[in-house]
Amino acid sequence: MLLSQLKEGEDAMILRVGGHGSFRRRIMEMGIVPGTEVHVEKYAPLKDPLELLVKGYHVSLRVEEASLIAVEKMADRGQAQ
Amino acid sequence: MSKKRFTIALAGNPNSGKTTIFNNLTGSHQKVGNWPGVTVEKKEGLIQRRGYEILVVDLPGTYSLTAFSIEEVVARDFILEGKPDVVISIIDASNLERSFYLATQIRELDCKVIFALNMADLARANGITIDAEKLSRLLDVKVAFTVGNKNEGVEELLDMAIDVAESGKAAHPERRVRYNREIEDEISRIKDAIENCGKPFYNSRWLAIKLLENDRIVRDRITEAMGIEKGSEILALVDERRVHLSDIFDDDPEIIMTDERYGFIAGLVKEVVTLDRKSRTDISRNIDMVLTNRYLGFPVFLFFIWLMFQATFTLGAYPMEWIEKGFGIIAAWGGACLPDGLLKSLIIDGALAGIGSVAVFLPNILILFFCIALFEDTGYMARTAFLMDRIMHMIGLHGKSFIPMLMGFGCNVPAIMATRTLESRKDRILTIMITPFMSCSARLPVYLILAGTFFPRHAGTVIFFLYLIGILTAVVTGRLLRSTVLKGDDAPFVMELPPYRKPMLKSLLIHMWDRAKMFIKKMGTYIFFGSIIVWALSSFPMHISYSVDYDAKIHAITTKFSELSASATDREKIKQLEAEKETAISELMAAKRKEKATKTYMGKIGQTISPLFEPLGIDWRGSVALLAGVVAKEIVVSTMGVLYSGYANDDGRGNLGAALRSSGMTPLAALSMMVFVLLYLPCIATLTTIKQETSSWRWAAFNLTYTTVVAWVASWAVFNMGKMIGIG
Repeated sequence: MLLSQLKEGEDAMILRVGGHGSFRRRIMEMGIVPGTEVHVEKYAPLKDPLELLVKGYHVSLRVEEASLIAVEKMADRGQAQ
Repeated sequence: MSKKRFTIALAGNPNSGKTTIFNNLTGSHQKVGNWPGVTVEKKEGLIQRRGYEILVVDLPGTYSLTAFSIEEVVARDFILEGKPDVVISIIDASNLERSFYLATQIRELDCKVIFALNMADLARANGITIDAEKLSRLLDVKVAFTVGNKNEGVEELLDMAIDVAESGKAAHPERRVRYNREIEDEISRIKDAIENCGKPFYNSRWLAIKLLENDRIVRDRITEAMGIEKGSEILALVDERRVHLSDIFDDDPEIIMTDERYGFIAGLVKEVVTLDRKSRTDISRNIDMVLTNRYLGFPVFLFFIWLMFQATFTLGAYPMEWIEKGFGIIAAWGGACLPDGLLKSLIIDGALAGIGSVAVFLPNILILFFCIALFEDTGYMARTAFLMDRIMHMIGLHGKSFIPMLMGFGCNVPAIMATRTLESRKDRILTIMITPFMSCSARLPVYLILAGTFFPRHAGTVIFFLYLIGILTAVVTGRLLRSTVLKGDDAPFVMELPPYRKPMLKSLLIHMWDRAKMFIKKMGTYIFFGSIIVWALSSFPMHISYSVDYDAKIHAITTKFSELSASATDREKIKQLEAEKETAISELMAAKRKEKATKTYMGKIGQTISPLFEPLGIDWRGSVALLAGVVAKEIVVSTMGVLYSGYANDDGRGNLGAALRSSGMTPLAALSMMVFVLLYLPCIATLTTIKQETSSWRWAAFNLTYTTVVAWVASWAVFNMGKMIGIG
């Protein structure tokens, strides 16, 4: 599934970052690389962009950009984060 | 004998506390300028320690050293070309993995590096324990702990940097990121090829890595340094190996290498960090429960903005008054001391009046900058971009464009300077181009006069719609430019939401002052000369042949009244006569000034260009006022004061209003003029700021032309549509 399909509070593992050259590289340089866990912290009040928790820090992405990232949803671990 | 000199460069992520450490190291010995050729702020400071003169350079905050943004290129070039003796890589200890991404890249450059684990206290509070010794051993770098905002460990860091600089020992080349076998093989193949061509200009392993990553700048430099022949040979080899790697991994080599670096970092972190999850707290997260909350986010944001404008304009009004009074006192004193004549007029009406009209904005600008610095230093700025991005994205802009545009309502000059927070050059230029349509506070006096006179009952509504027209024009322009000249994808919105931090007064003041200084500099140069030019145009030619001999008439009146009062007996009568005399004289003086205004160069220019404004319903006097407004838009009012009523010192607004009405100006013409004032070219100060921030006269010229054409078309449309539906 896609990162943009996750709901607030859900966790996932990144499988693949799509998109073209510089965007992809930029995303990955910020630590959003395959194998990393992400937590969807929240969506902005207008539903775009969204806030993620990755490698212990908060980062925001547009929904459009999140739809280029393939993830595997992880079992609900409650509020363990 | 001159002292021995070292250069220390500070590198780190944005929000890593780098600037705080820089401020602590250099204190007030800072110099702020631009990096050559680009509008990236360069900060450096010269300090003395242990008999050395140490130049500390604050590199732009970046997440990486690839060549995507100007900041990255600047930082990288300085490390490579500027050859600093030591690079201090500032690492946010509470955000290790991402910070290491940059730090390991710096390590790869094989310069002398120190890792400063900053915000160590925060990391500890988050349950992160870092084994510095092990880290130091694994990467063969010196490691220091610092708490920038408490000024802890900063002295020790400096001493360590001096030790490392003195030691002369280069870093151990083996202890850096290792990639997987296939990539390492290709690295050494290309490295050998480079070394076979003679002594490489940089570290050859680094060059090989960058070539494999398809780094444009390094590619260009290879041909530059090695000559076309050898250069293309190497590049051909690189291209071939890149294809080979892409085949193996089914992905671009640069992506694989990014992934590998993070893999290496994950391993490193596992080695040196112990996590105690229980004690982990995230205060920022709790704050964001309110500040970016679905329902509360916007109201709170609007409240902060309201507060900022209140502070700027209400609080700023007091010192504004003092400055106005101060200039008044200086002018009065100068008027009394200087002999009448050209010099006096030049100093008082030209230079002093010009500078004074802009200096009154200094308090506003200082307060505005202070608020912006507060937003930035606390971390709220990123949240405003997070909240606003959706809306700004519709115009093809980034969420971060919102604050500069908002500041435009205060003054366009700081607003345009604030676009520096935008990373992509296209976004920055686009924001700069549309910000002048935000109606700045200097335009307000013009609306107040015109709307107040011609739409007394609906002045508020009219002014509101003017602001709205400005915003709409900005939106349309944004979309237009985005789909034409500034085409291209907008930069990805990958933006860190840094933890909230308690702002430090010292750094707030430094931030505020750095920017205000630029404003003052501009005031001292461009605006100074601009107002002198306008003064000259409106005071020459000196000797005008008047249609009436005003001086003789005044003289006649004086004699007549002194005869009358001599023959008068009671005091009341004398008083009355005096008053009559005063009125008669001031009427004559006004008529003289009015005639003079039409016969000076300014008046002549106005009359020459007035055919251009006729279709807009603006007469030649309006044209002159608009022309004078180029220096600063508030001058439009004072010029109208001179031209319409002849009362240069028009303090009663009603006066000018009545004069305007009797001059035959219709409400529709007034509306057209207001629209023109709203949209036409920004003042000289704004234009020069545009030139400075885009580092191109072309953009300034484009803005000048574009805004003026838009203003003309819009005013024409307003005037003619108004006539069609029968107003005015």
